[in-house]
Amino acid sequence: MSNQRRYTKTHEWVTVDGKNVTVGITDFAQSQLGDVVFLELPSPGRKLAVRESFGVIESVKAASDLYSPVAGRVTAVNDKLTSKPELINSDPYGDGWILKVELTGDLPGDMLDEAEYKKVAEAGAQ
Amino acid sequence: MTEPLSFELSRRSASAPRLPEADVTAPEPSQVLAQDQLRANPPDMPRLSEPELMRHYSRLASMNYSISEQFYPLGSCTMKYNPVVNEVAAALPGFADLHPYQDEDTVQGALELMWRLERALCAVVGVERVTLQPAAGAHGEWTALRMISAYHHSRGDNRTEVLVPDSAHGTNPASAALSGFHVVEVKSGPDGRISLADLESKLSPHVAALMLTNPNTLGLFEREILDIAEMVHATGALLYYDGANLNAFMGICRPGDMGFDAVHMNLHKTFTTPHGGGGPGAGPVGVKADLVPFLPTPTGERTNGHLKLDFKRPKSIGRVRSFYGNFGMLVRAYAYIVAMGGDGLTQASRDAVLSANYLRKQVEGDLEMPHEGPCMHEFVASAHNLAPHGVRALDIAKALLDRDFYAPTVYFPLVVPEAIMVEPTETESKATLDAFAAAIKEIVAEARSNPQALHDAPRNLPVGRLDEVAAARRINAYLQGLSDDPVLRWKPAPK
Amino acid sequence: MPYLVHSDEDRASMLAAIGVQAMDDLLTDIPASLRIKALELPVGLSEHETMSQIASLAARNRVFPDRLTFRGGGVYRRFIPAAVAAVTSKPEFYTAYTPYQPEASQGTLQAIFEFQTLIAELTSLDVANASLYDGATAVAEAAMMAHVHTGRNEIVVAGYLHPEYVEVLRAFSDGRGIKVRKGTEPGPKTAAVIFQQPDFLGLLVDARTLTESAHAAGSLAIACVDPISLAILAPPGQYGADIAVGEGQQLGLSPSYGGPHVGFISCRKELVRRLPGRLIGTAYDKEGRRGFNLALAAREQHIRREKATSNICTNHSLCALAASVYMTYMGPDGLRQVAEVGFKRAHFLAELLAALPGWEPAFPDRQFLNEFPMRVANGPAVVRKLARKGILGPLDVHRWFRELKGILTFTCTEVNDPRALDELVAALSS
Repeated sequence: MSNQRRYTKTHEWVTVDGKNVTVGITDFAQSQLGDVVFLELPSPGRKLAVRESFGVIESVKAASDLYSPVAGRVTAVNDKLTSKPELINSDPYGDGWILKVELTGDLPGDMLDEAEYKKVAEAGAQ
Repeated sequence: MTEPLSFELSRRSASAPRLPEADVTAPEPSQVLAQDQLRANPPDMPRLSEPELMRHYSRLASMNYSISEQFYPLGSCTMKYNPVVNEVAAALPGFADLHPYQDEDTVQGALELMWRLERALCAVVGVERVTLQPAAGAHGEWTALRMISAYHHSRGDNRTEVLVPDSAHGTNPASAALSGFHVVEVKSGPDGRISLADLESKLSPHVAALMLTNPNTLGLFEREILDIAEMVHATGALLYYDGANLNAFMGICRPGDMGFDAVHMNLHKTFTTPHGGGGPGAGPVGVKADLVPFLPTPTGERTNGHLKLDFKRPKSIGRVRSFYGNFGMLVRAYAYIVAMGGDGLTQASRDAVLSANYLRKQVEGDLEMPHEGPCMHEFVASAHNLAPHGVRALDIAKALLDRDFYAPTVYFPLVVPEAIMVEPTETESKATLDAFAAAIKEIVAEARSNPQALHDAPRNLPVGRLDEVAAARRINAYLQGLSDDPVLRWKPAPK
Repeated sequence: MPYLVHSDEDRASMLAAIGVQAMDDLLTDIPASLRIKALELPVGLSEHETMSQIASLAARNRVFPDRLTFRGGGVYRRFIPAAVAAVTSKPEFYTAYTPYQPEASQGTLQAIFEFQTLIAELTSLDVANASLYDGATAVAEAAMMAHVHTGRNEIVVAGYLHPEYVEVLRAFSDGRGIKVRKGTEPGPKTAAVIFQQPDFLGLLVDARTLTESAHAAGSLAIACVDPISLAILAPPGQYGADIAVGEGQQLGLSPSYGGPHVGFISCRKELVRRLPGRLIGTAYDKEGRRGFNLALAAREQHIRREKATSNICTNHSLCALAASVYMTYMGPDGLRQVAEVGFKRAHFLAELLAALPGWEPAFPDRQFLNEFPMRVANGPAVVRKLARKGILGPLDVHRWFRELKGILTFTCTEVNDPRALDELVAALSS
């Protein structure tokens, strides 16, 4: 896991490059969901608030809402996920990225670092 | 064995069945209707002779498990015997051939049957009136919540929340949301029963209702139900009963007496109407006096022995389906109640509780029991103890199929990991229960010695475990326009 | 007692195995104040006495012969082949549970997969679901789909949609803050325009224009259709509708005083993820054998919980099976024959009625299939007179529509033989 990644309690991750933020879901989240079969995602241009539900991720047995970890404007959506949603399972931090967002303001103060998120994941796994 | 689809058996040359000719002087549709109104291409439907058709469906039937042949210990489903005489009753022409728009004077028998069924259900659950309109359990649940919503609005009260236990069936929050409510979960305590402390913290003037099933989805009676009812009513909220588990205590106690204001029932569970492979059922809802004005329209009324339908109900939530209810299923349930009587229904529940406790005892050495007994009419075990062998509840379920049992409910309630919910019902013999317990023992032993055998189960059925992920991906590909295989229907081969 | 299997010896033995003295020891969780002594119900009866009671209730109903039934309004007397009951009365079908364990439910799953395909073909749309409760709830569910899909809050009902379907639509809409408006012009808030073809009076509407006008406003077009009519009439897919719904009672189900019947819904593939209820699809096992399975379950209430589009978790499986058998028995040619016979007999009857003094077609410029409105003075008296002669006469639609005073709708199907039509006319003339 990269040191630059930050996490939410709802199992999203972000990496930051200036004002551009890439968003995905964590390895723990994808393992809980099982094989991803479909995503419902917003279009570029959509404005998001922190913790706003922006889409749905579906496996055969479960469907989870996706919550925006940041406030901003969607600049890109990973089109590859339309035909290959399984990328989220195989490469959740790389090719399985979900959104790119142009940040409004700062990152929320309560985002977790690597170690803090690891605790959350471990607690969830019990 | 496999059986082709009717579409695959179809032959273009097969002739149509012989049907009456019109034998009147009249134009053809094409002579009267505009070209644009007419169907351009005939539908691609199969052509089968009657012998081929009957063979086809008989072979399909042989690929099904059913309660007529196998034990179905499905928790919260009450798969009890479907009395065959009820089929005879429902098929009587005096019921089957009635048009719903016949004059009320010509259907007094039907209206009387519905009236008597309503009275009987009121007696069983302890309410004032019952609507027989809802076509299914989930439908009834939604109907009840709409009445609860209408009740609060009529008092000028805008309550936006419904409380649902974390152990509840998924329909509870879905129905609540579809009735315009925001759903708030209430935690269960360590014994699986609803936490009064958490309930207290979540009750407020915003809460319209608490939805509960009793016994709960773990098969345990909510001992503090009277306190719960008092707490809920003290804040002006109502108490809704999910009748999935009513088979636990007919003639022993009544939801109405516990303080429930709306009592939902499933005729296809407690009252033996057959499941039909997934319907039709019926989900009547009983109500206390405060909710009576909001009942769906029409209600049945009886004055001096004469029955009529009352459409003048200004506060009613309206209609929840066409006509009056799944009448054919109401006939079956009524026949069951008449045959059983109050004494029979009471004994049924007593035997259901006895059988569940007996079966629980027989398997408690093999599976984990997350909660202490006694249970009511069902119990929840867990396959968690087999995790070290890589065996899950699903494997147990599939292995049972191979041994000619239908599997219990698995992965529900969500609060128990690797849950296996077992409800034997009162219509299974002790010998059957013993055979099931023996099968569990055998499977658990196999889990320890040869878990792969369980992962490969079922092997004795027309198909093995189906790859649902691949299927979902194929559907996805079709919906994205990347594939021609629609998956959700047969399609003719491209020419 | 009927249907109970334990003897007193069994009960004693089971109590001993559990380790308690008496049944009451298993009921200790129930507060004493809640215990009741007995249910306030009569004691149970023998099968003979039960059936006597039931049969006497049935005998208090008047059954009109199907050949002398001319009343429709959403429920119709049809020829039901013996094959239908022969299949649906197989215990493997009617006592089976919901197919959650697909390996043990391939019979039901395949039969309903065939139903889905038949409905999709008949309506000429991409995908149909495994059935719904009835036509009314199907209309309401389609409206909810449109609301979720477009994000808009208004449903426009164009023309004479079955009044009970409108009531149910309103009941569903009230719970979700959706407005139902009667009209023909959709607007920017309109999620869908719903119309019935043929309409409640039996008359044909201009489905194509209604569909196009819906699309022009960015709304969906929902067609509520008669399944047998689709053997002759343009199906919803042909004129571009987005969703087709309807009542399948005519496909092999008895009137049964209004239920159980069966609703159907089909749609364009873009809307498939919004479909409520069950969907069955193909799936393969490790050996490559084709089976059938519940598909896209993640849409359903037990997974989405409060985010589900609908709370429906069943279909009317046995009724869908009956419809499947009926449609397979008929085949495309049989279905067309059934539709054409009804068409011709109805048009013949309409001529006979129009020739009677005091009778005229209510909407002479409109076309119909096998249900049609006639205008006559004192409709209720006419209907009562027919009933006295053993005929279930036309439907007085004034009951629902104030503007339709004096209008009665007649239905003709293949069970109304030509002599029956003569008897009807003779009864009206006397």
